[in-house]
Amino acid sequence: MTDLTHLRDDFPILSREVNGHPLVYLDSAATTQKPVQVLDAVDHYYRTMNANVHRGAHALSVEATDAYEGARARVASFINAGSPNEVVFTRGTTSALNIIAYGYGLNVLKPGDKVLLTIMEHHSNIVPWQLIARHTGVELVYLDLTEDYEVDLSQLDRILDDAVKIITVSGMSNVTGTLGPVTQLVAAAKSVGAIVVVDGAQLVPHYPTDVEALGADFLVFSGHKMLGPTGIGVMWGKAERLEELEPTEGGGEMISDVQLYESRWAAVPQKFEAGTPPIAQAIGLGAAVDYLEKIGMTAVREHEVDITGYALERLADVPELTVYGPSDPSRRGGAVSFELADIHAHDVATILDQYGIAVRAGHHCAKPLMRHLEVAATARASFYVYNTHDDVDRLVDALMEARKVFGLDG
Amino acid sequence: MADLKELYRQVILDHYRNPRRRGKLSGPHVHAEGLNPSCGDEFFLDIRVEDGAITDAAIEGQGCSISQASGSMMMDAIVGKTIDEVRGVSGQFKLMMGIDEGEDPLDHERPGAVLGDLEALQGVRKFPVRIKCADLPWTTLAEALERAEV
Repeated sequence: MTDLTHLRDDFPILSREVNGHPLVYLDSAATTQKPVQVLDAVDHYYRTMNANVHRGAHALSVEATDAYEGARARVASFINAGSPNEVVFTRGTTSALNIIAYGYGLNVLKPGDKVLLTIMEHHSNIVPWQLIARHTGVELVYLDLTEDYEVDLSQLDRILDDAVKIITVSGMSNVTGTLGPVTQLVAAAKSVGAIVVVDGAQLVPHYPTDVEALGADFLVFSGHKMLGPTGIGVMWGKAERLEELEPTEGGGEMISDVQLYESRWAAVPQKFEAGTPPIAQAIGLGAAVDYLEKIGMTAVREHEVDITGYALERLADVPELTVYGPSDPSRRGGAVSFELADIHAHDVATILDQYGIAVRAGHHCAKPLMRHLEVAATARASFYVYNTHDDVDRLVDALMEARKVFGLDG
Repeated sequence: MADLKELYRQVILDHYRNPRRRGKLSGPHVHAEGLNPSCGDEFFLDIRVEDGAITDAAIEGQGCSISQASGSMMMDAIVGKTIDEVRGVSGQFKLMMGIDEGEDPLDHERPGAVLGDLEALQGVRKFPVRIKCADLPWTTLAEALERAEV
């Protein structure tokens, strides 16, 4: 087992206290903390080379452009993309999914076409398709989950037909930790000529990702969930897909020529990057990718399986605690949603906060999944490279205290 | 953890676990819904208004202990009261919680004398993000009163 404890020194925020206790940060599925290497990269950019990219002939603009495009190349190599041109910078996963939904929805999809999703999707991979359905009359169809919290592929044969044009699936659920069956869905998509979109917001930060091996047409993810800054995300697409996808935002930088009544687009990826892009954020993401590559994504995943396994084991000892998600840590991610006796998730989160422990409580922007699980809200502990077994122990101790606050026996 | 004991007083847990007047009203009534989309808490409130007074009420929904207890305590505090009295209680509650600015309405020599069980919710003031939980039933009530056109 790879010991990553030494990494904690790179994260200044982890040395602070919350409510008189050392911070235990268990909300990395919402956003991760940032190492000094990322903070320094952003700071260095603003202090030494701040300028707009792709437009000035002056030295700063050239340096800023090199740093921005350098970050693109590092992200491309991180996910094994065929070319940096297949990496489009966006504001985040949500923005990337909207670009795909609107790009196809307004130009390619027709009434009667279908978009296939799963009920474990985040709202950001549901609502854009609902908006598009209103414009186009396409039908949304969903795959359910099994009792073991896996995507139920037994319904696939019944649902799949030539009308399915897009299959869009989360690579890893932010609620249950379920791994999306991407390989199987890619194979299914081929049989009907559909394209596959993978929401990698949780997958890419936690799992070695190789877009060539994945076989999907699009992979989207966010920088801030993988040690990078907020405001930067990635839409990776196969070159031919990015060629056929129409831009959804117009403006500077995304054109090759503008006439009074029509324009021609710039080449990919600039075609999708209208306006001044998030330059510092992209450079920060480049530094985050370097940091993760130095650890090694295999080690990142091993650490996650280890700490998730330890958490599931310890949580099993807490009376009346129900975990919603697969029980085998090697078949899931590190977002662990749970319910404790009759204590509402928000009360659990308030009590844990008094012990310096940060968890998420609520519907996790996945209301259809919550309805399927028949819970209104869960508390969620989620882990990343800086978390330790000690953090899990602190969580379990505080959950026992929560039971006492609510008058339940230890 | 004095603040936690102050927040989760026994009377709050009692209302949370044994909420008063759960359900729906049959017969004439006004209905209002209160939703907090950020946390998922929801209330469905029915009140019957006759001759300037709330003669019956029922509440459904789900949420955290603070919102549910507040709703249950509200039932005790409004049924059988005139609309003016109900508006008075609501105003005092919002002053106690610091939602509205003004003088502390409570008589701290005599706990419970002004707002009864509702006074147990004053510990929520130390947890600013939870104040909206305690307030949700009351904003739902305000909407119901508006619909009742009283």
